[in-house]
Amino acid sequence: MRKFLKLTKERFRKFAQYWDLLVLLVQRDIKLKYRRSFLGYLWSILTPLLSMAVMAIVFTRIFERSKEVNFPLYLICGNILFSFMRESTTLAMNSVVGSASLLKKTYVPKYIFTLSKVTSCMVNFVLSLGALLIVMVATGEPFRWINFLGLVPILELYVFCVGLGLLLAATTVFFRDLRNIWSVVTLAWMYMTPIFWFMSDKLGDLGVFIRRFNPMYMFIQQFRYFIMGYQTVGIDPSAWVLMLRGAICAVAMLIIGLFTFNRVKNRFILFI
Amino acid sequence: MEETIIGRTQGGPCIKLTNASVRFNIAGEKVDNLKEYFIKFLKRELRFKEFYALKNINLTINQGESWALIGANGAGKSTLLKLICRILSPYRGTVEVHGTIAPMIELGAGFDPNLTAKENIFINGAVLGHSRKFMREQYEQIVNFAELWDFMELPIKNYSSGMRARLGFAVATIVDPDILIVDEVLAVGDTAFQEKCRARIQELLDKGTTLLFVSHSKQPVLELCEKAVWLDHGEIKMIDTPENVYAEYDPFMAEKRTLGIKK
Repeated sequence: MRKFLKLTKERFRKFAQYWDLLVLLVQRDIKLKYRRSFLGYLWSILTPLLSMAVMAIVFTRIFERSKEVNFPLYLICGNILFSFMRESTTLAMNSVVGSASLLKKTYVPKYIFTLSKVTSCMVNFVLSLGALLIVMVATGEPFRWINFLGLVPILELYVFCVGLGLLLAATTVFFRDLRNIWSVVTLAWMYMTPIFWFMSDKLGDLGVFIRRFNPMYMFIQQFRYFIMGYQTVGIDPSAWVLMLRGAICAVAMLIIGLFTFNRVKNRFILFI
Repeated sequence: MEETIIGRTQGGPCIKLTNASVRFNIAGEKVDNLKEYFIKFLKRELRFKEFYALKNINLTINQGESWALIGANGAGKSTLLKLICRILSPYRGTVEVHGTIAPMIELGAGFDPNLTAKENIFINGAVLGHSRKFMREQYEQIVNFAELWDFMELPIKNYSSGMRARLGFAVATIVDPDILIVDEVLAVGDTAFQEKCRARIQELLDKGTTLLFVSHSKQPVLELCEKAVWLDHGEIKMIDTPENVYAEYDPFMAEKRTLGIKK
């Protein structure tokens, strides 16, 4: 126990020492993402808006229920959260392999690279909240104090993605084709999450499964409740239960990720 | 497998390796994806050949000494340096290092080609564990040492390898490290800069820095180092003064060469 505490303290000290590296890496990612693009940071807002517009045009004609709620807002809430998950985990996955040249030549705590990828996606996500605001204003959605609670599922999602990113980054070092598998997994995951469709009783067992075991369901539905709550978009269980479950899920994922990463990190160098 | 780093101890051992071994798994062909892994697993072909890059290395280096690592290609010199830098961890045995390390295994290794030199200086400094504040204070000095005043806003991808090396060396030696690790890096850059680097290393040595030096040319080793380790196939063959080691090493290599020609 004492040894564990000492080790934890040492780890925090090291994290503090490399904090500046984390900040610089995040800055680098953001700078490089929009360098040489005409609209620059505006893309962070435009991309979710455009994809929302496309989805709205198609799906309002398919789903009857889309007329009962503020559908553009419903879409964009689901979309930005899910894209954050997909982007951050996909980038995190390559974070260790992609830093091979550096890791072979100097000692750096390796998780810094994974953490920086998820964090730079988070910064991008925060910028895309501008798109959410635009949609809220444009559709005349009233602003309420409870909107700020939307930060809770965002935080949960961030922690969740750091954990998942660490797990993926560590396994990708040994199995490179995981990248291809992951793009299929996220696609399936997207269809299993109510982003553009609505939860309904017709789903039966699948609906129960999604409610219980899909972490993205917990984060997205929770977020929607805080942003457009009174229109209760098929939330079951209540947002507060989802908040608790989401938190447990996020922390569990973080622990799994850290544990796996830590176990195999010394062998990375032999494979990159 | 414990690695400890404690503050500088004057005169005492600052690097201590006890029975340190590094093992690599070499698969017949490298298996790094699931598909092949499963196929090989089903065919029961998943055998790994073990290969020891270093075998039972015992070495104690005291603060302020300067050591050369000598050996043929693939003898384990770079592996040993990486072990000391904590890039690799030992498979067996222990590695103890006291003090700060400035590793120069490949100059400018961490440079991002798309960023400007200035941005890279800060990232490289952070990789070495320096704060941004410290780097801002040292920035001027780094640029002066590298003599690249006019090129700081240029992306690194437009740099020549020599310019890269200058920048890398300048960043790596801004602090007076306790341990300086130099692996073949002085081969790049023009003669004037090589001379400058050598002078800087000598200056650090005079201040009490421990030096670990790898070079395939004899001259700088004899100039800079007071002790030498001869590594052969992952094992220590000899520890002595550089002159004595070369007295054995040169005939050994000459013989190897003639054998190679006969084959």
